[in-house]
Amino acid sequence: MKIHEYQAKQLFKQYAVPIPEGQVAFDVEQAKQIAAGLGGFPVVVKAQIHAGGRGKGGGVKLAHSLDEVEQVAGQLIGMNLVTHQTGPEGRLVRKVLVEQGLQIEKELYFSLVPDRATAKVVIMASRAGGMDIEEVAEKTPEQIVKVYVDPLVGLQAHHCRQVAFGLGLTGALMKAMTQLTTQLFRLFVDYDCSLVEINPLVITADQQLLALDAKINFDDNALFRHKDIVELRDLDEEDPLEVEASKYNLNYINLDGNVGNMVNGAGLAMATMDIIKLAGAEPANFLDVGGGADAEMVENGFRIILSDENVKGILINIFGGILRCDVLAEGVVKAARKTGINVPVVVRMEGTNVEEGRRILAESGLNLISATDLKDAAAKVAEIVK
Amino acid sequence: MSIFVDKSTKVLVQGITGREGQFHTRQCMEYGTRVVAGVTPGKGGQQMDSVPVFNTVAEARAETGADCSLIFVPPPFAADAILEAVDAGIELIVAITEGIPVLDMMKVKRYIQNSPSRLIGPNCPGIITPGQCKVGIMPGPIHKPGGPIGVVSRSGTLTYEVVHQLTREGIGQTTCIGIGGDPVNGTNFIDCLAAFQDDPDTKGIVMVGEIGGSAEEEASRFITEQVNKPVVGFIAGLSAPPGRRMGHAGAIISGKSGTAQGKIEAMEAAGIHVCRDLGRLGELCAKVFKDA
Repeated sequence: MKIHEYQAKQLFKQYAVPIPEGQVAFDVEQAKQIAAGLGGFPVVVKAQIHAGGRGKGGGVKLAHSLDEVEQVAGQLIGMNLVTHQTGPEGRLVRKVLVEQGLQIEKELYFSLVPDRATAKVVIMASRAGGMDIEEVAEKTPEQIVKVYVDPLVGLQAHHCRQVAFGLGLTGALMKAMTQLTTQLFRLFVDYDCSLVEINPLVITADQQLLALDAKINFDDNALFRHKDIVELRDLDEEDPLEVEASKYNLNYINLDGNVGNMVNGAGLAMATMDIIKLAGAEPANFLDVGGGADAEMVENGFRIILSDENVKGILINIFGGILRCDVLAEGVVKAARKTGINVPVVVRMEGTNVEEGRRILAESGLNLISATDLKDAAAKVAEIVK
Repeated sequence: MSIFVDKSTKVLVQGITGREGQFHTRQCMEYGTRVVAGVTPGKGGQQMDSVPVFNTVAEARAETGADCSLIFVPPPFAADAILEAVDAGIELIVAITEGIPVLDMMKVKRYIQNSPSRLIGPNCPGIITPGQCKVGIMPGPIHKPGGPIGVVSRSGTLTYEVVHQLTREGIGQTTCIGIGGDPVNGTNFIDCLAAFQDDPDTKGIVMVGEIGGSAEEEASRFITEQVNKPVVGFIAGLSAPPGRRMGHAGAIISGKSGTAQGKIEAMEAAGIHVCRDLGRLGELCAKVFKDA
């Protein structure tokens, strides 16, 4: 789960991680009030959306007077912000963070992520702040310090020293960096984060270390023990169909194509999307109804696929194991009758009781096209949407 | 023969009295698996069908000699359940549970590395040696006993699809293992590849991967260096968009890493026969494993 920069900064504040003075505003009036309260200019007005690259996309503006605040906040709120992460359709800006402007001497990078291969938390820091870290890793990997922390032992003082020395910090700044690393590691573990990232982490002209930006993602699997974090979820930032699907525990991702598809199991669902593409069509979604899907889940899946106006045909690919094909076929027929399907549906079933399942589909009188195997299924659905 | 499980494997089920636990315990027993005990804290002394239920894994192991645990415990308690099995000295632990927090699994993985136990999963269908022992939730009848092919996969139903195509081509399996779709798991591709390489009855290997992480790339390097049996590979997620979690917690392309294309290239460089069309995987296996 993602949260906004202003929410991440609130968490930073709770953990005594230094951030610029500032507050979130939902309209221009509020933005002006906050700016006036900051006690000086310039101030920075930053669009709050769940996507990176806001600066480059024109979502971060400097203002030198209240009039300018009014002007830039007015531009940003309600703007459709396009960044390299939003896709060409962009994202509507509904709120802005208004912060004090700072004299910046140096920009650094800092992040915490779980490392899959080693099962450790990796601290990544770099002197090349403010840039795309993947680019830094590719072009100048020597500029990145990586420190691995064993979750069984936790963060130790030498980890912090490696980070601070690696960034070339000394004296008071080194102490501040140690403090910041310690606090952010605590936050990372306390809240089951999947990412804590500060880019840039800045050293100001008066030698203060400060998180100019803040990004936190959380492990969805751990949200059950962080009710306070779930409250921070912003449904406006998510695809409405995906929000709807999540209510029924369906794994649904909306895509650009026109072949809707419904599959049991994530791996098979991905492979089904691939085979649709291989047949010359484009998948409209990813939908995993789960290895043990029942008729009700199939019905909800149908409804969500059909709410996508781009869908011109549907491919159902079910490998019936524990879930028998005849039970599934009955579910499909029931769901098809109930939801009133208006596009052709190709059904490919395999596994336990497949003959009985195919008979049920054939005798249903519905516009269901039976496919013998995967190849056949993809070809049939690609033909329909051509 | 097989790897990790065979007809001598004695299985205990953690979470045996839950809905999933009961259902799949029966399925495993029907398949011929020796389920000797169940564990549900607070229900010690009861029975699930003919299976005695214990309060703790240690007790169940002491009483029945179980050497393998199958775990159906819900996510908030699953890491603890795995650790309990490790502490009780269980040799093979198969965790089916989907949705265990990553930080929990990181601790489990680090802990288990310093123990003699092996973990398969979590978020996996389990392991089956066809005709002998099924420790998991996969449908038994799609498998064909007697080998000669070993199957290892990060997925569930996709593995069933692959196994089904093998069986349809008349190709049997020695052992099929789902290593799970989570970012942090126990047994990995390399562990399974090494075991299949050492198993005299396994003549060829099918490896099914998906987007996210670098396990397939590492496995490819291992194959170049240590595996001389023919390997057929498949990667799911060629059409997956970056930055989105495709169902499995571990199936996500981050930036430029974890893409299907990158994995396929690494696998092909290692001499793996990569199948791009899942519909034709069985055909390809028949060709590659012709002499196996």
